[in-house]
Amino acid sequence: MNKVDLKTLTLQKASDLLKSGEVSSVELCNMYLERVADVDSKVNSFLKVANDKVLAMAEDADKRRAENQSLSDYDGIPVGIKDCIVAEGETCSCASKILENVVSPYDSTAVKKLKAQGFIPFGRLNMDEFAMGSSTENSAYNKTSNPWDTERVPGGSSGGSAASVGASLIPASLGSDTGGSIRQPAAFCGVVGVKPSYGMVSRFGLVAFASSLDQIGPFAKDVTDAAIVLDAISGVDPNDSTTSPEEHPSLVEAVKNAPKDLNGLTVGLPKEYMEMAGLNPEVKAVVDKAIDQAKSLGATIKEVSLPHTKYAVATYYIIATAEASANLARFDGIRYGERVEDPKDLINTYFKSRGAGFGDEVKRRIILGTYVLSSGYYDAYYLRAQKVRTLIRNDFENAFKDCDVLLTPVTPDVAFKFGEKSDPLQMYLADIFTIALNLSGNCGLSLPYGFADDMPVGVQLIAPHFGEEVMFKTAKVLEDNREQKEFIASV
Amino acid sequence: MSNTSQIDVGYVAKLARLELDDASKDKLQHDLEEILAYIEELGELDVDGIEPTAHALPIYNVMREDVSKPSFEREVMLKNAPGTVDDELLKVPQVLPGEGMS
Repeated sequence: MNKVDLKTLTLQKASDLLKSGEVSSVELCNMYLERVADVDSKVNSFLKVANDKVLAMAEDADKRRAENQSLSDYDGIPVGIKDCIVAEGETCSCASKILENVVSPYDSTAVKKLKAQGFIPFGRLNMDEFAMGSSTENSAYNKTSNPWDTERVPGGSSGGSAASVGASLIPASLGSDTGGSIRQPAAFCGVVGVKPSYGMVSRFGLVAFASSLDQIGPFAKDVTDAAIVLDAISGVDPNDSTTSPEEHPSLVEAVKNAPKDLNGLTVGLPKEYMEMAGLNPEVKAVVDKAIDQAKSLGATIKEVSLPHTKYAVATYYIIATAEASANLARFDGIRYGERVEDPKDLINTYFKSRGAGFGDEVKRRIILGTYVLSSGYYDAYYLRAQKVRTLIRNDFENAFKDCDVLLTPVTPDVAFKFGEKSDPLQMYLADIFTIALNLSGNCGLSLPYGFADDMPVGVQLIAPHFGEEVMFKTAKVLEDNREQKEFIASV
Repeated sequence: MSNTSQIDVGYVAKLARLELDDASKDKLQHDLEEILAYIEELGELDVDGIEPTAHALPIYNVMREDVSKPSFEREVMLKNAPGTVDDELLKVPQVLPGEGMS
């Protein structure tokens, strides 16, 4: 039955196969369903796959195609959805016990836009509970493994989204990124991951973690596929007043028209990133290779400074937890979600339902966030962090006066082993290269570029706010010229 | 943010409406003291006269026409509720303390 090699199948190739009639959408979806049944027991990326619904939607797509009524070139191609992005009629647990049986009555805007192009929401992908974590070990359900080495974590919080694409269980997926939750797992799993600029993609139907930092973005096998998904989901939305009314240029066109070289482009290297203590020399060597490549392709390389880098993690963990403590107040066992049996009164319901429903990391962050907002501490923590956030944002603005994109590591090291980072602060500190641009709102892209310890290593491209076009073009040129052509996990 | 903050996890958990057992209270107390000690480093910075950033984009009011639009049916919205009365209302436990209220 398998006339298609799913390990190398991109959205573009799938689209061609559907167009030429070599495969139908039903056949394609069945191939993925079979591969999930065969392989996902090793990776555990999906919490749930909606087999019957997927095949029904695939039949509809095939019918439309037969009648020349296809919704887009991608009509009938499945995509995976992180479990905090709601889809109508599907569970949305956020990998938490407190939302175990919740079924969404509506589509998030991102899913609605994907469906409008005929993409098929294939299943719910595992994550750290409420997107809080960097390894997916905080899921209340599955233990998701890295497809390159199942003894290692896939990263997080969008670990399922990254591992599923890395293991070719799905051609592309959606994740969310609040402090690196797309880029870090993408780097760990050898796939492309993009955090769009804040305001590019609607957050309507994304279960809120930290509203001023969260963005939905794509995971894909290559830069062009990531552009296809991001083009599909971006744009202004009346249901999210923080979406930008600006027209976004087509990123698929940008990638298609990418130059052959990087002549005229200035690539900035933030010295605080490159000199960071704890950066694995082998990871740094991969980044250096990308820098050399950019240089040989004609780019001007320039050292820049982001002087407040060392304060980014502390600033982030004040702001993100403060917002989370407010956002997660709605999970109280009253309107939806799990309620403990026979609570004696209302307040007792809150205490017990939340105490039983949330995991340790979520509790840790709710308490930290409540503390930094509490009377007497607000100015010292929250207000001060917001001011430092301004300094961090100014750092990026100043850096982009002298360069078009920044090139940096994504993570200090390759994917770690399960249980290796048991201290929460150590886990937080590993977010250092990804976290600052959630505070500043810029876009970032993680591109697999090489290997260290036989594990994939990503490089990060950062562009100014709504600078996706130059970011994707640069990523495409680097991708076309990198030494390592393909990143295919053995699983 | 001058002297090391004295977080009382038991008290803050009450504010956050979280029930914690003693073991997790001790663990959280230890973790949060460590995290707060790290966060203290923000105290080094001079932030006088710096405007706070609440959001990554300059925010303006976004207006829409004040017209009513179709909404969800009641039964759809109540489907995820842990308890309902006559499929029309949310069922909640006793609100005020005291006997014989329910």
